[in-house]
Amino acid sequence: QLFFSYFKDLVGQEVTVELKNDLAIRGTLHSVDQYLNIKLENTRVVDQDKYPHMLSVRNCFIRGSVVRYVQLPPDGVDVDLLHDAARREARGG
Amino acid sequence: MSWAGPEDIYLSTSLASYLDRKILVLLRDGRKLMGTLRSFDQFANAVLEGACERVIVGEQYCDIPLGLYVIRGENVVLIGDLDTEREELPPHMIRVSETEIKRAQKVEREASELRGTMRKRMEFLDFD
Repeated sequence: QLFFSYFKDLVGQEVTVELKNDLAIRGTLHSVDQYLNIKLENTRVVDQDKYPHMLSVRNCFIRGSVVRYVQLPPDGVDVDLLHDAARREARGG
Repeated sequence: MSWAGPEDIYLSTSLASYLDRKILVLLRDGRKLMGTLRSFDQFANAVLEGACERVIVGEQYCDIPLGLYVIRGENVVLIGDLDTEREELPPHMIRVSETEIKRAQKVEREASELRGTMRKRMEFLDFD
């Protein structure tokens, strides 16, 4: 639930989602859910020439189970806030 | 996906916004299916009407019609909304027949298998 709340606060930011199949997609975070499924808008694939089938995809739904990384803007994160929240979550169990 | 409250409508990760639209589904095995989304559920299971598989090998591609498909959600990587006003593929790509693309797939598969076995042979030699 911690990361779900965390991602909810990131809605509207530009992120790059790297999938387990090595596909990387950049876009605006539109929404996220409890499974950390992600909906991106204004998407463009990082290595477009390698993935021609994605050319006309502008919005997409990404299943949470296939995400390897979510790359965030370095100033999009309040690390201390996150750190505190994680400590609280660990203590609370 | 739980039912969205009134304030959650804009935040929802629901696939409802893709209903009755033409979509691209990427599967875990690398296949690309296209069709009209007719139904979905919380596991991202999906019903695709008028589905076809777009096979791409190099600069060649082919759409193989499949009909009505039910996709199990665990195989889904991504569901993309296809913008009908944009070109789906780069203009330099050539559309070929099903037999032609299957032949190209076979060639590509054999080439990567060959690369794989050659690498294994080199690793066995274990050069320092």
